[in-house]
Amino acid sequence: MGNFFKRVTIGLPYLWLCLLFLLPFLIVLRVSFSEPVLAMPPFAPQFDLSEGWQAFTDAVSRFTLYNFQFVLEDSLYTNAYLSSLRIALISTFLTLVIGFPLAYGMSRAPMTIRPMLLMLVILPFWTSFLIRVYAWIGILKPEGLMNQFLMGAGIISTPLRIYNTEIAVYIGIVYSYLPFMVLPIYATLEKMDYSYVEAARDLGCSALGAFWKITARLALPGVLAGCFLVFIPAIGEFVIPELLGGSRTLMIGKTLWSEFFNNRDWPVASTVAIILLAILVVPIVLFQNAQARAAEAGR
Amino acid sequence: MNRNWSIFNIVSVVLGFAFLYLPIVLLIVYSFNASKLVTVWGGFSTRWYSEMLSNQGLMDAAWVTFRVGLLSATVATVLGTLAALALVRHTRFRGRTLFTGMVYAPLVMPEVITGLSLLLLFVSVGFERGFWTVSLAHITFSMCFVAVVVQSRLVSYDMSLEEAAQDLGCTPFEAFYKVTLPVILPAVIAGWMLAFTLSLDDLVIASFTSGPGATTLPMKIFSQVRLGVTPEINAVCTVLIGLVATGVIIASLINKRKMVREARIDSKV
Repeated sequence: MGNFFKRVTIGLPYLWLCLLFLLPFLIVLRVSFSEPVLAMPPFAPQFDLSEGWQAFTDAVSRFTLYNFQFVLEDSLYTNAYLSSLRIALISTFLTLVIGFPLAYGMSRAPMTIRPMLLMLVILPFWTSFLIRVYAWIGILKPEGLMNQFLMGAGIISTPLRIYNTEIAVYIGIVYSYLPFMVLPIYATLEKMDYSYVEAARDLGCSALGAFWKITARLALPGVLAGCFLVFIPAIGEFVIPELLGGSRTLMIGKTLWSEFFNNRDWPVASTVAIILLAILVVPIVLFQNAQARAAEAGR
Repeated sequence: MNRNWSIFNIVSVVLGFAFLYLPIVLLIVYSFNASKLVTVWGGFSTRWYSEMLSNQGLMDAAWVTFRVGLLSATVATVLGTLAALALVRHTRFRGRTLFTGMVYAPLVMPEVITGLSLLLLFVSVGFERGFWTVSLAHITFSMCFVAVVVQSRLVSYDMSLEEAAQDLGCTPFEAFYKVTLPVILPAVIAGWMLAFTLSLDDLVIASFTSGPGATTLPMKIFSQVRLGVTPEINAVCTVLIGLVATGVIIASLINKRKMVREARIDSKV
């Protein structure tokens, strides 16, 4: 009986994930080696298991690396990958610049209001991504609220063109992922023993020196975690570049989407996905190592 | 304490929160705009709310989203809790590394890839796309989030409680149901809420896995947003924000009350 409960505990989620996570992934891999054809589903070869082993091996022998060659040689795709990485990197840096002071200020706030501040950071995280990105369209548009305000205040005379540029994508990513940056930094700063900073100050450090030598060092694990938590999802982002970036902003998530929905080229879409995953493995492994080291240090 | 809460800190917190909340506040304010132009204020009005309610397409999409959310959050909570139990309690079983990987991978998988892969699966097995495929897709990615939430609670749970229940004659399932589940219930409920909001918010995976007749609310909003900003969408977004905020605040209040009660019991003991 006890064994039965254990078997269900492991078996049910295991089976589910094998069928709806692992298997789909293997299918993407297999389609990335296929050719596009005008049929439904639009790729070849198809496996027909009723025709036996011979037909299966024949199908496998028709697999091709053509899509990979195509994607890696076409500058449209390589530019999309590079520009995704660049946009993700710049946005991560901007998120850190805005998120760190916020997390620091929160960690120094009076104990009584800290839970409320924490709640205020988490709350936007529960509201829809799409809605939060949509909110920026009305602000950034040429006739939008920001331009109206700036022109009304006499700061600018012609509307700023931010909507449908890369800058709007940075703003969207920073805005959407700010809680991911603030929460881990806040968690490390909150645990930090502030008397170290006081000791450094007593020993003649300037305020900035003490901050740089003590606080920044001690907050590093949180900063690293926050950066990875922003950088990794930002690379594959679709909604933000689609809604804020306009047609000239290249990001790989958008490319994959249009390859699939507009060009209906499933093999190339799958290849784009596989290469994107291969790129993502690097920051994910680095992140795991950083986490493991932080856990080790915490012990 | 307060000497550390300097002007600089106060300013950075206020600016940070202004940045986080101003866009949402503006979105809500302009949902009450009488003018059809979203960016020109034409006086207070609730006309967009009544237009929203009489927009059949929007209401249908809301109903689909609600049903998908309820179904997927509930199944995902069961599967995710089981997965968390498997991860915390059973440190050794065949294929544990693969299992752990499969629980964590969907958390970092770009949505476009999850969506594409599930769509290819549904096409391969000849599953007609619609309500059920979206629900299956949502269960799969949100169960992993539930697993992480429940796991973090289970790690600090004292297993000897359950062992005691088993010694007193409970079957393992009874011991779990009667002893462990009530203790980890707040985490399970939080997991359900997270799964429900994930399902409610998802645009990308739903777009891949949905079919005709099962357009979800985010898909509907997205297709309208591409045509331009309208006060009606602002109204829909305001209602969604209100629902989610109310849910989260109520949940945290209940949690707080429970913590206070437990602290009182502890102090009496």
